[in-house]
Amino acid sequence: MPEAMLPTEVVLGAWVAAGLTLFIYSFLYKDNPLFKLGEHLYVGISVGYSVVLAWHTVFLRLLWEPLQKAVGEAPASPDSYVLLIPATLGVFMLTRFIPQISWLSRIAFAFVVGFGSGVAIPRTISSYILKQIEDTVNPLLTMGAGGLTMGFDLAAPQSGVNTIILLVGVVSVLFYFFFSVEHTGAGMVTARTGIYFLMIAFGAAFGYTVMSRMSLLIGRFRDLITFAGAAYGYATLVLLAVTVLSLVGWELATRRKTGGASPE
Amino acid sequence: MIPAALLLLLFWGGTAVAAPPLLSPPEGFRVLDTPNDAGKSLSLVWKASPSDSKNRLVQVWAAESPQAAFNKVAEFPSNTRYVKPGDFPWWAQPAGKGDHYVKLSSSQAFPIENGKRYTVKLLMREGGREAWSDVAGGTAAPNYFNTAQINNLVFVLAFTGVLLGSIAAARRNPHVPLRRIAGLDAVEEAIGRSTEMGRPILYLTGAGDMSEVPTIAATVILGEVAKKVAHYDTTLKVPHRDPIVMAVCQEIVKEAYVEAGRPDAYKDESNFFITGDQFSYTAAVDGIMLREKPAANFFMGSYFAESLLLTETGASTGAIQIAGTDSDHQLPFFVTTCDYTLIGEELYAASAYLSREPVLVGTLRGQDFGKAFIMGVLVLGTALATVGVVADVDGVNYVLDLFKDFK
Repeated sequence: MPEAMLPTEVVLGAWVAAGLTLFIYSFLYKDNPLFKLGEHLYVGISVGYSVVLAWHTVFLRLLWEPLQKAVGEAPASPDSYVLLIPATLGVFMLTRFIPQISWLSRIAFAFVVGFGSGVAIPRTISSYILKQIEDTVNPLLTMGAGGLTMGFDLAAPQSGVNTIILLVGVVSVLFYFFFSVEHTGAGMVTARTGIYFLMIAFGAAFGYTVMSRMSLLIGRFRDLITFAGAAYGYATLVLLAVTVLSLVGWELATRRKTGGASPE
Repeated sequence: MIPAALLLLLFWGGTAVAAPPLLSPPEGFRVLDTPNDAGKSLSLVWKASPSDSKNRLVQVWAAESPQAAFNKVAEFPSNTRYVKPGDFPWWAQPAGKGDHYVKLSSSQAFPIENGKRYTVKLLMREGGREAWSDVAGGTAAPNYFNTAQINNLVFVLAFTGVLLGSIAAARRNPHVPLRRIAGLDAVEEAIGRSTEMGRPILYLTGAGDMSEVPTIAATVILGEVAKKVAHYDTTLKVPHRDPIVMAVCQEIVKEAYVEAGRPDAYKDESNFFITGDQFSYTAAVDGIMLREKPAANFFMGSYFAESLLLTETGASTGAIQIAGTDSDHQLPFFVTTCDYTLIGEELYAASAYLSREPVLVGTLRGQDFGKAFIMGVLVLGTALATVGVVADVDGVNYVLDLFKDFK
């Protein structure tokens, strides 16, 4: 039974997606003109897209439209012009293009850096110090129906044994990050324990992240397999052949030009 | 007829005798502005009752003014919504321990405006019985100061004091010993290698903006690297994905060249913008690595999924690679593909280690005092929490609350 015809724009999108995916994957062979084409298109489109996005979501939506509305409703009120302050700071940033007044941009950058640090410091204290202390400090014993008990259940996050592991881990890792104390003697043992804890954590994170990357790869391959169907005009197969032939042709042409040497 | 009338009388009388007792209305009901919030919210507080149960429902009825009609805005079992230990710090308790506490936020069904007085009453329902509370009123307002986070402020002030003291001490005695950090010892080697090979140095400041601490650390280290680069007259390339970080880095690199006595060698183009998009930036940097073959790659700051794509390509070109990040999920990739990796806080220590400036070294020593204090708090806090359970005393929470993160 013949497959249903897909709209032209869908088929065209599939060809572009499959082609660019294969061009970017050609990097696995080596740097080549097809990869460069994909890379430059990717960079150019992303910059163009972000400029349009900034124009609509920042300039128009956050500055121009609210300013127009406020001035239209209450032109005599100074509050209507408050958005001109961030707008002026934004213009100051652009003065970097005019060397004579480029010093004005430092005012805007000082504001951004100062504001950034001011926001980051209490947030850091909150997330990295207080929250860490709060989650690490737990009682070693719990009061149950049978009186005081120390939990040995590794699956229960707040059991006594997990509290001890957590405490030893946090304290030893913290000690590893002491910089004005040499790691010798007992200090070396503590720092080494801290490194073991760090490496276990990194190993777990590594496995977890690799698995999530595999799912991304599978998703990409699934798209390529879908686009290899008759409904999409065998886009993946045709473009794969074009990519391979182009690479062979480019390799031969370059070798001829360089007298038999590989392009690299 | 008489027996029927007698039966009816008996039945009627029986019903009167078996009538359930009236429900007692909620006691101590009051409405207050929700403390420590951005406004547009009210908090309802009332005393817990021994007869609270899942069958007894509480309905919240609210009106925009005393004259306006009341609308039902919430309903829940009466044995829920208690103030639990850990909900509020002892110095900012809106209600007593064990009282009922309900936060009423502005919604489409019942919008709450700041500065407007609302009236609220509660209805208790169980079976066919009902009891209304007194009507109470409250006005929502935004709070400029979050009193629940006073401990955060105290920490900032205390650590600032310790840091200033350490800086002053480091100025008096600049020979503070710092332990060896292999990744930082290799910076000089990497720059020297690039100079010998006549290839550029590639320095990335990560994915963050200037409000992120790792980005700030990356820009500070860039200054130290740029000084050495200026000294050796090597080419430095810093591709960016944030225009503000780029502008800051331009200033930092320019100043580094001036400090190194080589303002003539500074090139504005050493910092350049590629794109703000994560993977197109990665593709472009990979292209730079393959075409210009830098001899040393620095990856400092915060990173996301692009980390392995960058460092794997860098490794394939044979460059010496030094990474430094506190992005814990990316650290394993840096550890496996880079020659040296600065783990977490080593990134922050790097600028002090490289420059040996008293201010930075003093800051590092002050941080060590802070860490020692935290280690002490962790050990003593665990002991105190255990004593609290063993002796069944709540008093330990007066100390433990000081080290909790309240929102």
